[in-house]
Amino acid sequence: MTLTSIFALSVGAVLVNNFVLVKFLGICPFMGTSKRTDTAVSMGVAVTFVMTAASMLTWFFNDLFLIPFDLEYLQTIVFILVIASLVQLVEMVLRKLSPPLYSALGIYLPLITTNCAVLGVALLNIQEGYNFLESTLNGFMSGIGFLLALVLFSGVRERMAFADCPKPFRGLPIALIAASLLAMAFMGFSGLKIG
Amino acid sequence: MKQSYKKIFMDGLLHQNPVLVQLLGVCSILAVTTSLENALGMSLAVTIVLTLSNMVISLLRKIIPNEVRIVSYIVVIAGFVTVVDLLMQAFLPALANSLGIFIPLIVVNCIILARAEAFASKNGILASAVDGLGMGLGYSFVIAFVGLVREILGNGTILGFEIFGGFYQPCSMFIMPAGAFIVLGCTIALYQAIHLRMEAGKEGKK
Repeated sequence: MTLTSIFALSVGAVLVNNFVLVKFLGICPFMGTSKRTDTAVSMGVAVTFVMTAASMLTWFFNDLFLIPFDLEYLQTIVFILVIASLVQLVEMVLRKLSPPLYSALGIYLPLITTNCAVLGVALLNIQEGYNFLESTLNGFMSGIGFLLALVLFSGVRERMAFADCPKPFRGLPIALIAASLLAMAFMGFSGLKIG
Repeated sequence: MKQSYKKIFMDGLLHQNPVLVQLLGVCSILAVTTSLENALGMSLAVTIVLTLSNMVISLLRKIIPNEVRIVSYIVVIAGFVTVVDLLMQAFLPALANSLGIFIPLIVVNCIILARAEAFASKNGILASAVDGLGMGLGYSFVIAFVGLVREILGNGTILGFEIFGGFYQPCSMFIMPAGAFIVLGCTIALYQAIHLRMEAGKEGKK
C-alpha cells in the first residue's frame, strides 16, 4: 500500500462515500443518538471501535474458514454472530474498565449489534476485495465518517430544538429534512478524485 | 391477551405503522427507493422474512432461554435472509444486483428484531404470522410511496415508463441521497398532519 492509496481510501471513506449521508448505513443510531453532542461523540467513538475490530475479525473468519471450505453463502450469518459477540465483549470490558463511560452509553451499546453500518462495512470489505490492511483502514475510516456526520448533525439538532416549526414537522420529519441539507453539503465532495 | 386478527393486521398497516409511527427500518427505505421497482423488490423481501421469522420465533418462544434470546432471534432472521438472498440471486438477478448489499442487511433491519422481541416472543404462531404480514405490508406501503414519488420527480417515469411525454425536466436531486431524506421527511410529516386532523375531528365530536 502506497501513501497515495491510503490517503485516497481514507478520504473516500470519510467524505466522498460517507456511510450515513451517502450510503444510508446506520441511520437509526444517527437519528436516535444525535439529540445531544456528548452522547453523539461517545456513540461515534464506540461505533468506530467496533467497526474497526469487526472489519479485522470478519476478514479473518472469511479468509480462514469460509473461503477454504466454500462456505461463502454463510457470510451473513457468520458475520452477524461475530459482531454480536464482539459487542458483548466490548460491553463487558467497558463495564470493568470504565464504569462511567459504560453507564453514559447505556442502552446504545448493545444496539451497536443492529447498527447496519457495522455489518455493512464487513460485507463491503469482502465485496470490494480488500486485503487485511485495507479492510482495517476502511473500517476505521468509515467509522470516522460516521462520527463526523453524527457530531455535525447533533450540533444542528441542538439548535433546532429551539426552533418553532409547523406542528406536523416536529420531531423526526424536520430532522430528516435537516439531514437532507447536510447530505447536499456532502454531495459537494462527490467530484473529488485522488490518485 | 387475545386480540382479533383484524386488529393486529390493521395495527401493523396503519395505527402502529413500523415506519411512520415507530420510525424503524429507515436505512433501507432511504437507500433503495431510487425507483419504484427497487422499492417493490425490497418490500417483498422484507415482508417474507418478517412473516417467516415471526412464525418460527413464535414456535420457539418457549424453548429459547431468556438470556440468549436476542442472539437466537438474529440467527433465525439471518437464516431466512440468506434464503431470500440466494433465491433472489437465482430468479431475479437484475433486481438482486441493484439492491446489492441491502438484501443481506435486512438482518439488521430494526423492524424485524423489534417485532420478534415485542410480539412474536409473546404470542401464538397464527397471531405472529398476521402481525408479520401486517407490519410487512405497512412497511411496503411506505417504501412504495417514497419510491414512487422519487421516481416521478427524479426521473419523470413510473416503473421505467415515461409519463410526462417530454415536457417535464426531471430533477435529478430526488434520486440522490439528499432527495431521499426530504421525501421521507415530508411523507412522515404528511402522515402526522392527517393524524393531527383526525384527532382534532374526534375531539370536536365529543
